[in-house]
Amino acid sequence: MTMTEADLLTVIEADGGTPPDFDTGLSDAELRRAYRAMLSVRAFDDTCMKLQRAGRIGFSIPNRGIEATQVGAASALRPTDFFFPSYRDFGMALYLGVPPVEMMHNMFGDALDSAKGRQMPVHFSFTEPIKYFSISSPIGTHIPQAVGAAYAFKLRGEDHVSLVSFGDGGTSSLGFHSGMNFAGVWKAPVIFLCQNNGWAISCPSDHQTASDGFAIKAAAYGMPGITVDGNDLLAVHQVVSEAAERARKGEGPTLIEARTYRMGGHSTSDDPTKYVPAEELAKWAEKDPVERFRRYLAKRGLWDEALEERLQAEVSAEVRDAAKVAENTPGPGLETIFSDVYAQLPPHLRRQGEAAFDLAKRKGEAGAGDGAFPL
Amino acid sequence: MSTLTLIQAVNDGLKTAMRGDERVLVLGEDVGPKGGVFLATEGLTSEFGPERCFDTPLSEDGIIGTAIGMAVNGLRPVAEIQFQDFIFPAFDQIVSEAAKLRYRSGGQYTAPMVIRTPYGGGIRGGLYHSQSGEAYFAHTPGLKVVIPSTPHDAKGLLLASIADPDPVLFLEPKALYRSVKGEVPEGDYRVDLSTLRTVRPGKDVTVFCYGAMVPVCERAAQQAAEQGIDCLVVDLRTLTPLDEEGVLEAAKATGRVVTVHEAPRFCGYGAEISALIAENVIEYMEAPIRRVTGFDTPFPNTLEHHYMPDERRVLDAIESVARF
Repeated sequence: MTMTEADLLTVIEADGGTPPDFDTGLSDAELRRAYRAMLSVRAFDDTCMKLQRAGRIGFSIPNRGIEATQVGAASALRPTDFFFPSYRDFGMALYLGVPPVEMMHNMFGDALDSAKGRQMPVHFSFTEPIKYFSISSPIGTHIPQAVGAAYAFKLRGEDHVSLVSFGDGGTSSLGFHSGMNFAGVWKAPVIFLCQNNGWAISCPSDHQTASDGFAIKAAAYGMPGITVDGNDLLAVHQVVSEAAERARKGEGPTLIEARTYRMGGHSTSDDPTKYVPAEELAKWAEKDPVERFRRYLAKRGLWDEALEERLQAEVSAEVRDAAKVAENTPGPGLETIFSDVYAQLPPHLRRQGEAAFDLAKRKGEAGAGDGAFPL
Repeated sequence: MSTLTLIQAVNDGLKTAMRGDERVLVLGEDVGPKGGVFLATEGLTSEFGPERCFDTPLSEDGIIGTAIGMAVNGLRPVAEIQFQDFIFPAFDQIVSEAAKLRYRSGGQYTAPMVIRTPYGGGIRGGLYHSQSGEAYFAHTPGLKVVIPSTPHDAKGLLLASIADPDPVLFLEPKALYRSVKGEVPEGDYRVDLSTLRTVRPGKDVTVFCYGAMVPVCERAAQQAAEQGIDCLVVDLRTLTPLDEEGVLEAAKATGRVVTVHEAPRFCGYGAEISALIAENVIEYMEAPIRRVTGFDTPFPNTLEHHYMPDERRVLDAIESVARF
């Protein structure tokens, strides 16, 4: 990609400074809340990686390095908006008040998981306190769905927006192209947030497109495309705020490309050292989004060591307690295999369920498999 | 001969095909330097170069559509779909295009290509890394559907599929990738498509199965043997076109039939086997044909071991037809 760093919208300088008189659009309390959410992502992420390595959960998706994009975007929207997240979006949920324990129930797939243990870890689904749409593994399927949800807001005359988040790989999917096209034609109030984190599993982002970045694709679908420094929380907040304002005013969709970096593997089953150049990772580590935002807060007088210690202690305790609660929660009952297939249980499924219970009584329960996820 | 796992046999088969025929190439997501998420294509890019084994953009529709174009223009593409659950964006290209090309062009154009994809559960992959979608594709005229269950057959069926003049969907039971090992001949050999394999002979009950259910049925048959029930276990290997004569012979041999698959029951492949037998040799049947299948629900995560047919369920069906 030929786009230079100078073309990126950036607010926070490397030393934490910002342009004079820059209006963040966030109160001091909101800035601290955003920082806390980033620390919370990191704590949740680190804990899940350790739980997976210890064999206590089956799988996780590293979120390190993209916290500013997740939290910056969430901080620009309202709890009444509709979020269509990717599987790498811990920060959106955590900033907008999803309790870590609710996410941990999903990681353990237990009886209190909002999706009843049916999905793999990190495939969250929440309706409260925000509409955080049920995550699918196939790539890009949620992009046109977000456009449909935005159309519904528009039809009802509500000034809410949809935000759909996907990676650089997602732009190659059918869903991306049909979703962008429909949104342009309908002037739907939707924000397309492309988190260009450098990698789609083992493929670098320049394997996905021959165009100069991803934001440029917006032009062909008749909407603005903006490239933003995805490791700069204030810059992401600003462009998502502007996109949301346009959408709420009926001016239609926006494509935002947030340039960031996946500082871990694709998943716990992936070994990125096999394909990620060490010098590239080191270069991005210097741009760590959490440290950068911390320097900004310090310069503004909103951060000191005491605050850091207090926040770190709070988020670690929260995540540790959440893991403990989830691990001690029993697994889902056998009946959850058969419920929620339809609104009403059809007779053939009732019979299959009864046969399963009957067999379990006569021949014992099925043995837990030793299946391990390879990807 | 060497002893390989099923995934190593697939890798060996790909290398053998690529060494023997320079028209053969491999494309898909992460199949290049990474060697595929299951390492089926490990070492191919280094041996054959990035022109013959390469990563594509993340689009299954693009992978299969371009593979068809390669096939109609003299290449022999082997396309990998990372998980069978991700194949559906390419359903149109497979079902409406590759499968129908020979027929709709009066035989002028054909798409000799192989689509390899891991299917089935047992890895805690939840709804989208566990599905068994063979029935959708077995229902498609013009497409061949092949499922190996041993390393020997994985390589031999793959080589036969690559050499076949028609498009082949090659479904690999991911649960068996590393859990089964077996003797695999060196170099090129073919296991004929549309031939079934007798896994074990028996005279009391016939069990039809394929893919990851084969070892489950073998274990159930061993347990049945301890009760004096002698099971004939048949690995179908090719679902379409099916070895119908072989199926009918095996059904007649015992007069008592159980079919087993992980996929949901309703309109599942077991229904086809059952109907074939009922239509042709019902007079030989001593008991109703029983199907052991996944439930008619999406594939769960935490409770996947309850969803997938296990020895308990297969044995229960064997006992019920044996005692009918």
